[in-house]
Amino acid sequence: MKALSDIRVASLLALALLIGGGLALPDWALFLMTIGLAKALVSLGIVVQMRAGLVSFGQGLFFCIGAYVAGLMANFAGLTDIFVLTGISVMACLAIGGIFGPLLANYRGIFFAMLSLSLSMILYGILSKMNSLGGTDGLNVAAPTFAGYAPEGRALSLSLYLYTSFIVVAIGAILRTGFDSQHGLVSLAVRSNELRVEYLGASVRRTNAINYVISAMLGGIGGVITGLAIGHVDPEYAYWTTSGEFVFVAILAGYLSIPAVFAASIILELVRSFSNLYFPNTWQMVLGVFLLVIILTLPNGLGSLFHRRREGGS
Amino acid sequence: MSTSASTGMPALETRGLMKSFGAVTAAHDITVSVPERAVWSLIGTNGAGKTTFVNMVTGYLHPDQGTILFQGQDITGLGPREVTRAGICRSFQIPQLCSELTVLENVLVALAIADPKPPSFFRKARESAAEDRAMEILKRFRIEEHRGRLMTELSAGVRKLLDIAMSMCGHPKVMLLDEPTSGVAAEEKFPIMDLVMEALAAENVTTLFVEHDMDIVTRYSDRVLAFYDGRIIADDAPDEVLNDPQVQRYVTGTAPAEASS
Repeated sequence: MKALSDIRVASLLALALLIGGGLALPDWALFLMTIGLAKALVSLGIVVQMRAGLVSFGQGLFFCIGAYVAGLMANFAGLTDIFVLTGISVMACLAIGGIFGPLLANYRGIFFAMLSLSLSMILYGILSKMNSLGGTDGLNVAAPTFAGYAPEGRALSLSLYLYTSFIVVAIGAILRTGFDSQHGLVSLAVRSNELRVEYLGASVRRTNAINYVISAMLGGIGGVITGLAIGHVDPEYAYWTTSGEFVFVAILAGYLSIPAVFAASIILELVRSFSNLYFPNTWQMVLGVFLLVIILTLPNGLGSLFHRRREGGS
Repeated sequence: MSTSASTGMPALETRGLMKSFGAVTAAHDITVSVPERAVWSLIGTNGAGKTTFVNMVTGYLHPDQGTILFQGQDITGLGPREVTRAGICRSFQIPQLCSELTVLENVLVALAIADPKPPSFFRKARESAAEDRAMEILKRFRIEEHRGRLMTELSAGVRKLLDIAMSMCGHPKVMLLDEPTSGVAAEEKFPIMDLVMEALAAENVTTLFVEHDMDIVTRYSDRVLAFYDGRIIADDAPDEVLNDPQVQRYVTGTAPAEASS
């Protein structure tokens, strides 16, 4: 009960901070924060899998599916309500994750990483060739509405940011509960010793499949928000460099702390924005040096600054 | 706690188990019938087939031929998870622990998995009832003072005990211990075996343990299987087996030197 109330208090504080900060932020920063938080959800999906020892290099698959489903629903079915679009995209990712999850859960290490990457690259190839979906140019997406409210300009940016903040806090709380749950602890055990877990009577495959499906849904939510915030979706969402960025954030954050994933994602967006501004052709180098410093100084990621695995912690 | 009355049926039975790795025959016609609540030891030199036998019974290896019966049910070909769920658990020569988890968390994992329902995403792993149960298990094996430690900070003896304690969380009916005292300091061997055997006896667990220390074999087992070259060469009470000339020659190395002709 104490842990549950701790999560509630932390969630309320985080929400207050995000809302307060959002109201004070200028437009450009509001957009950057929305994108940073949305993409953090996608990276959080990788972190869910990292806790059981797997790293997906194809998280762009669900990011792209989420974004395209929302875009297509908005453009062709006239659905613009963000709640409905999020729900449909999550269901689509749940269905596709449910198909591929049990299949990929048979693989480990580089095989899992490369298979997940190949799925996202297949989607990239299909979307690039489908002229009816805009081919490599992609699609413009209509501005979302919020349960009948149709804001424009700054109000739209702020509404999207607030929606993202609510989603981020809710998912953060749910995942914290999940990380501290029986399934969460078994995932950590799988990461440490699969043989032991099987000899205790649990299915490593089932654990990994569940984590894959959770990660698929998170990828979808991140894709919907990003697509709607940018107002455009294209096959690049499924491209390997996009998936690589999500892995970058996951490694930067580590698997120990949920807030660290959001911090790492926002840091990446800031570094990208400012590097683009001041070092337009070398921003990847800046990013690389940054990651190198983090790996050398904090091998378990930014999260290890606040959270160490010891008695009482998980 | 397992308190079921004896069925009269062997707890574990193997019939004609065969296993080869290329040209090497690791198990040749292994036929045993272990009654309920028995404590048997498996002896033999390295490569004699003891661990192959344990691995076949617990589903890590599938026999090339033969049948494994658990309480009369054919479990041949099942994997480790199904065998464990059926009621056969094991410990390992090199303890298989979750290195990134604390001692307490290792036991909590074992308890969460032992629950008949699959580990839930919405049920807290560290709820007070589970923690109390985990502490009870740690106390039974007298390792509760290590509850907050990671594996790298534990002695070999504590690791062995934790490995066995985790296997006990599933309330097994048959337990196979693979060299429970190997790598443990000499003065710790008997206290460890006392603790383990007491815990197993309290739950009426049929036990088979692989062991190289003949003092432990004679003290704790009521029957001994001696393995040599993938075969069982003796199967009797400890004193009988240890006095068997073949066992003395091929297993214990205590046979008197042959007079030169």
